[in-house]
Amino acid sequence: MRYLPLTDGDRAQMLDVIGAPSVDALFADVPASARLTAPLDLPDHAGEIEVNRALEALAAKNLAAGQAVSFLGAGAYRHHVPAAVDHLIQRGEFLTSYTPYQPEISQGTLQVLFEFQTQVTLLTGMEIANASLYDGASAAAEAVEMARRVTRRRGVVLAGGLHPHWRDCIATMARWSDAELDTAPADAEGAEDLAARIDGETAAVVVQNPCAFGHLRDLAPLAKRCHEAGALLIVCVAEPVSLGLVTAPGAMGADIVAGEGQAIGNGLNFGGPYLGLLATRESLVRQMPGRIVGETVDSEGRRGYVLTLATREQHIRREKATSNICTNSGLCALAFTIHLALLGEHGLKRLARINHARACALADRLVALEGVELLNAAFFNEFTLRLPVPAAPLVEALAHEGIFPGVPASRLWPGIEALDNLLITAVTEANDETDADALVGALARALS
Amino acid sequence: MSRRPRRASGGTPPADAGGAGPDAFTGTVSGNRALEIDEPLLFEQGDPSLSGVDLTEPEAFEERLGGLARDGAIGLPGVSEPQVVRHFTRLSAKNYAIDSGFFPLGSCTMKHNPRLNERTARLPGFADLHPLQPWSTVQGALELMDGLAHWLKELTGMPAVALSPAAGAQGELCGMMVIRAAHDAAGEGRRRVLVPESAHGTNPATAATCGYTVDTIPGDARGRVDLAEMKAKLAPDLAAIMITNPNTCGLFENDILEIARAVHDVGAYVYCDGANFNAIMGKVRPADLGIDAMHFNLHKTFSTPHGGGGPGSGPVALAEALAPFAPVPWLVHGKDGFALQESAAGPAGAAIGRLKAFHGQMGMFVRAYTYMLSLGGDGLAQAAEDAVLAANYMLAALKDTLSPAYPGYCMHECLFDDEAFRAFGITTLDFAKALIDEGFHPTTIYFPLVVPGAMLLEPTETEPKAELDRFIDAVKGLMARLEAGGAERIKTAPHYAPRRRLDETRAARHPVLRWRAHGAPKEGAE
Amino acid sequence: MAELRYTEEHEWVRMDGDIATVGISQYAQEQLGDVVYVELPETGRKVAPGDDMAVVESVKAASEVYAPVAGEIVEVNAALADAPEKINQDAEGAAWFVRLSGVDGDAVAALMDGDAYRAYVEGLE
Repeated sequence: MRYLPLTDGDRAQMLDVIGAPSVDALFADVPASARLTAPLDLPDHAGEIEVNRALEALAAKNLAAGQAVSFLGAGAYRHHVPAAVDHLIQRGEFLTSYTPYQPEISQGTLQVLFEFQTQVTLLTGMEIANASLYDGASAAAEAVEMARRVTRRRGVVLAGGLHPHWRDCIATMARWSDAELDTAPADAEGAEDLAARIDGETAAVVVQNPCAFGHLRDLAPLAKRCHEAGALLIVCVAEPVSLGLVTAPGAMGADIVAGEGQAIGNGLNFGGPYLGLLATRESLVRQMPGRIVGETVDSEGRRGYVLTLATREQHIRREKATSNICTNSGLCALAFTIHLALLGEHGLKRLARINHARACALADRLVALEGVELLNAAFFNEFTLRLPVPAAPLVEALAHEGIFPGVPASRLWPGIEALDNLLITAVTEANDETDADALVGALARALS
Repeated sequence: MSRRPRRASGGTPPADAGGAGPDAFTGTVSGNRALEIDEPLLFEQGDPSLSGVDLTEPEAFEERLGGLARDGAIGLPGVSEPQVVRHFTRLSAKNYAIDSGFFPLGSCTMKHNPRLNERTARLPGFADLHPLQPWSTVQGALELMDGLAHWLKELTGMPAVALSPAAGAQGELCGMMVIRAAHDAAGEGRRRVLVPESAHGTNPATAATCGYTVDTIPGDARGRVDLAEMKAKLAPDLAAIMITNPNTCGLFENDILEIARAVHDVGAYVYCDGANFNAIMGKVRPADLGIDAMHFNLHKTFSTPHGGGGPGSGPVALAEALAPFAPVPWLVHGKDGFALQESAAGPAGAAIGRLKAFHGQMGMFVRAYTYMLSLGGDGLAQAAEDAVLAANYMLAALKDTLSPAYPGYCMHECLFDDEAFRAFGITTLDFAKALIDEGFHPTTIYFPLVVPGAMLLEPTETEPKAELDRFIDAVKGLMARLEAGGAERIKTAPHYAPRRRLDETRAARHPVLRWRAHGAPKEGAE
Repeated sequence: MAELRYTEEHEWVRMDGDIATVGISQYAQEQLGDVVYVELPETGRKVAPGDDMAVVESVKAASEVYAPVAGEIVEVNAALADAPEKINQDAEGAAWFVRLSGVDGDAVAALMDGDAYRAYVEGLE
């Protein structure tokens, strides 16, 4: 078998050195009654040709977004990832390296993560960032725990514009703590008054901008109200490309930013692996979970990088750790760093303008259709339409034509009749004019 | 302080004894060393006018940002594609990796990462699927998830698998949350969990997140859970025991059947940290050992790449009694084919909730599934045997050179303490740094905490015997040098790595966690 | 100045009148290595023997500092926050952690004296 380099001769020699009669003797501690005596119901090994064929057959049963006309967003965004990114992340020294526990031979990974941390702080307008978490939703959950630790309060306000998956992750992680969650109802109009929900027991208000319905709002007034009450403002960012055009959360007064980094450098991958971003103020650094890379020097005075502030983490604090997280999202962070390096300041800003421009143009064309209403006054590259018919069956029907017009709100907020006719549509630079024509045409037909 | 404060490792490196000899031109002019090129930060390069992508400015249009247009510079550097490719290529040259050589990091299972996995994961039919596409357009993806779950169920003998946890630690969280939910549903307010003192730090951290108090059980002289001590802590308020099997000392818990029986007798569950599953896959099924929940690390056992620290994937196998509480989404199969039950309603009404957005680490599912099909059931069992054989070979070959922590055979990893070299004034850390100079990644050091100066060595099954022998020879050679008076050289190792020892004290006392432009004011701490 | 008394958890206590000054021992600081951070409690808090009172962190370890006797925290050594390395330099002097009031002198006298503590530490090694 191609991944197993030991020969029968090797095995015999090794047993000889060990002084064991057979490999079975090495498994003597396994209770005899439990030892498998017959093979499991699994196929035998196979060569690349067969395995490749099997995987390609499974892949062929899927309609890739690139083969369809796709305007899907809602927390995962299809952007063009430059060719160089995938080549670089597949270098064996990146792909097959590990957590940089031995910094002397991990300066590649450590410097990349230091650059990543810097990029995230610049994008979010915050002071420090960690070296990634699993995804945006779990980053939001960690941010809530951070805020509760820092303020020593129990209350958490969850905005009605927060992505339901992120909301549910926060709720699940907080389930057996003494947190008291106040979940605002789904806010399709983008008009909710969260300040009214803040009181002296509020640890944090969690809001997403642009929200899950695409609304963009100025959070500075909310930040002020939070701070007056001694609460923290946690801003969630699901589409990091928006930070190339929209006021940064830090500039609006955010205390912690929890983000999803997938849109930069990482493809859709049917939902994972994605990339959690966490950024905050320097004064909160010791409460921040996850790995952090810091700059230092070696014994020859040369600049180098190390994992630092490890005493927050599970391998030292154990039950008193800030989080149980160990492995994070290293390769996804690398892809993000490379993509953003290629974009640069001008590239990111221009990319963001292209996204917004196409979204504005498409929104105009869609509201020109009879009965279609746009709910968003301000948005980045995603908006919500109210259709004259339920969105879910329409989406199902259009799928057979290879068109994904957007995500029906009912998919993310099931069982709320008022949302049945809502469709959340995202546009990126990957959608060209023919995509827009196809969508407008298909919708026009479906609604006639 | 605790009564036995742990001896420190790391910190400020010793001042280097070597000075400039009579020949002043010992270094290079540039500071580079041939193929190893010193690379500044991205932020120290380029020009704001540059970009590595060509994008066309959209025609003038009216913005709809509600007055929230970003003001001023973000502060990102601008570089061309050639500069980016060089930058990251040079950085990659400073990394040791599995592809470079032996990586015997105990408890991490640093086995070869097959490249076929990378090809299949990149098929557009997997890589380019949006998680919220209609189910009819992603039947192949769901079928793959079902196939992966089938393999995991077969290997464990357990009836259900929760696929969504993002890594091992999240898998543990999932398993313990499910146990908590199961007891809560039965109206039982059990709040205590037993954790062996040798456990990985994620175990007690996880238990605390689920609202449990952690009760530590000591190990015995043979490196296993002390059965009598464990039994003394059994009571009706016990929710679960969290065990690792094989354990963090690389040893199989012989008493596992008795442990499981006793724990079940008081109505508690057995959670198994499956990080070491590589030793037993295809040889014994966790269900047959009395285990009720076990997480996998696909990035350890099933060859998905470690990538510099993730992404991982931590599915959890569950016993019948725990299955109803698994987090959403649940894979379901109806008349229209596969779908995912995404909300905690209907059949998933008792689910604990959701641990991450969307469906799980699909990219890692494709890779792990590809690996499983490649090795097959027969190959996985062979891999486990070779892993255990290789570790015992290392143990046997080194037992007179280094000091084994426990007697007898090991499983897939072997554990040494620092007895062999302490007398020379050398610590485990020093020895590890010397191994770096020899061209190897060191073993895991200072874990498990129960062994002083621990060195946990896991060779895995994908090492050729010649590589194992190279390592053995290097260790023997280092010990011989120590005996011949070479301690100083080892104390100041590594000498040949891209960096010498780094000042971790300085990094922690004065944290510099990001680049700042020259003269840019440091944001005031609140 | 009264002599130091020690706990089995490596804290030291010195009575001055009825104020007890508390720190960690020389042995403890040696075991920890370079101290990088100290988390001190708030004043006004009442503690019982064995309560978590402070945390001292080195690069690779974090250790709780426990209250050696009952009392009320009246002062903390804020200088440690900016210069945690003081603990490595002068653990049993300038690098005290907290001062407690309302302390029972007999409780302190019942702790190990210097000789007893040294013997205890030798027994650990």
